[in-house]
Amino acid sequence: MRKVTFPHVGESYRTFKMLLNDLGNEVILPPRPSRRTLNLGVQHVPEFACLPLKILMGTYLETLERGANVIVTSGGVGPCRAGLYAEVHKKVLHDMGYQVEMIVFEPPRLHPINFIRNVHKLNPARLSIKAIIECIKRAWRKLQALDNVEKATHVIRPKEIRQGDTSRTYKKVLEWIDSAYTMDEIVEAEKAALEELHNIPQDPERMILKVGIVGEIYVLLEPASNLEIEEMLGNMGVEVERSMFLTGWTRDNTWKETVQGMTVKEAAEPYLPELIGGHGRDSIGNTVLYAKRNFDGVIQLAPFTCIPEIVARTILTSVSKDYNIPVLTFFLDEQTGKAGMATRLEAFVDLMKRKKTKIKQNKLLPASSF
Amino acid sequence: MKAYLGIDVGSVSTNIVVQDEAGAILAGLYLRTRGRPVETLQAGLKETAEKLPTGIQICGVGTTGSGRYLAGVIVGADVIKNEITAHAVAASHFISDVQTVLEIGGQDSKIIIIRDGIVVDFAMNTVCAAGTGSFLDQQASRLGIPITEFGDLALQSKHPVRIAGRCTVFAESDMIHKQQMGHSLKDIVNGLCEALVRNYLNNVGKGKEILPPVVFQGGVAANAGIKAAFERALGMEVLVPPHHNIMGAIGAALLAKEEINHSQKASRFKGFSITKLTYRTSSFECNGCPNNCEIAEIYEEDRVIGRWGARCPKWDIVQEELH
Repeated sequence: MRKVTFPHVGESYRTFKMLLNDLGNEVILPPRPSRRTLNLGVQHVPEFACLPLKILMGTYLETLERGANVIVTSGGVGPCRAGLYAEVHKKVLHDMGYQVEMIVFEPPRLHPINFIRNVHKLNPARLSIKAIIECIKRAWRKLQALDNVEKATHVIRPKEIRQGDTSRTYKKVLEWIDSAYTMDEIVEAEKAALEELHNIPQDPERMILKVGIVGEIYVLLEPASNLEIEEMLGNMGVEVERSMFLTGWTRDNTWKETVQGMTVKEAAEPYLPELIGGHGRDSIGNTVLYAKRNFDGVIQLAPFTCIPEIVARTILTSVSKDYNIPVLTFFLDEQTGKAGMATRLEAFVDLMKRKKTKIKQNKLLPASSF
Repeated sequence: MKAYLGIDVGSVSTNIVVQDEAGAILAGLYLRTRGRPVETLQAGLKETAEKLPTGIQICGVGTTGSGRYLAGVIVGADVIKNEITAHAVAASHFISDVQTVLEIGGQDSKIIIIRDGIVVDFAMNTVCAAGTGSFLDQQASRLGIPITEFGDLALQSKHPVRIAGRCTVFAESDMIHKQQMGHSLKDIVNGLCEALVRNYLNNVGKGKEILPPVVFQGGVAANAGIKAAFERALGMEVLVPPHHNIMGAIGAALLAKEEINHSQKASRFKGFSITKLTYRTSSFECNGCPNNCEIAEIYEEDRVIGRWGARCPKWDIVQEELH
């Protein structure tokens, strides 16, 4: 019997589980990455490779233990080694003796045949094309609902009166969306979830800082890989806006590039006119856009040794100076201690607060006036 | 007389300062933490209490350093601040127009960029501790030179040898190699100072605009060899403030004063009598979810006064009860 699994990326597993089930697959859910995941991962892949390779390796081993034998993952184009990770994982797993089948989705916009073949492989129920499209539409709507609810927590958490309310409510409403199946149910669950979140007692008077988050996609989308930085910032009174969500990224790579995608490229143009792989150019473009929108600061998240983000970091020094916006970079690796990150975040929040108070007294010009 | 207490519990040293309203230092202590933050803090507070002139009333307490939360619950702090803010505040207190702060401590090093009195940028070493106090300590003891003489020895050198400063492990092999080739000790020591400065500027100081006045503080600022190497590399004067090794604690005391003046509340300080209480720390693994958080607790007598390490608020209840 084929049992299908896939990488754990934030809460997106709720959608993929539904879609794969609809197409007639038995699904083994990936567990949330933990210390054990990392320990398993680092044992079997090269030490100098980046964190996503290690976490995914650990995740696959954990799901294989539970009986999975088909892994669905994404490939990639452009000069970032993560595009090869699916092949590396396959080789390592085969060497270890796992008879695992790897189904790798390349961006359909560039590889339409690959997409059709892969969908066919994952359709044991032999649904018609029309039925498949219906399933994908529903899954897409669910993914949007998950993203929208997460975005709401980023706005509400810094204002909550009782610390922890948002995180608790978020956990609860995720289950509502999880159990919604038909299009109507998904729309209704999303509405109820957003209402429930907005009902959390909030302090409208609090001074809220706005911080944009840029960087490499996996460490941005998987809170378990970035020490839950968004939650930590929320608890410090910071509203975060992440530059990347799975829905936005998928759209840019599936149908056609969105207006947002184009704007980011344009914004990065004066600093970096070409693609350097991964999300290096996006990090620069988004920082420029956040500065233009008067954000108080930008945080860049990158896996340790990630070349595109190292290049971006060096360029961000100039962006930070030109637009007078503070930028803080975190290179993430195997550390699980939060203290170091908390210290830096606290200092960064202090810095932004002092700057903001100064702007209010009309002494310093806001970032957008440059 | 009104006074403020500042405590900096770092990886290598624990510093305690008592400052009066005007900012004069009434007592200042620099102790080795030796991996026992609670014991060291209690001993330090006891010594501070003995040193203080009579009639001193502690009106506010601030803690900083990596052990700031631990110290904060033990003494009853009014303000618990990260070490970057504390160091910046202290540097501005002594040199009001300071624009750059170089700080090198036991296991971390940081650079703070200040413009018009506010911190505009900072950086801390991330994945590597090359070029911090612990490494200097280690090398000094390997060469059999007391750490206090290390800097003066470097100053006697005219021709520093080049040592790789990227990684402390390779720096050590490089040093041994140069020693075996017959270079003099003072040139090697000076070469090491230059390597550390080079590494600091390339790593922590990368992309930062270093403008004078430059203040150099932290335990390593006592090393005249490093100070001279900084001056050569930057081409500008580097100032070492008089209390360079307890600047974090001074910053914490200044922040406590600011906080009390602002809130107009009475201090939460529990008094020097806490040196007589017994504190016990323990830890356990929470099995509530796959995160398996490692929770650390601290007991004052038989009561839990603080818990850390949880990724969710499950174990935070104690903190709420305290406030």
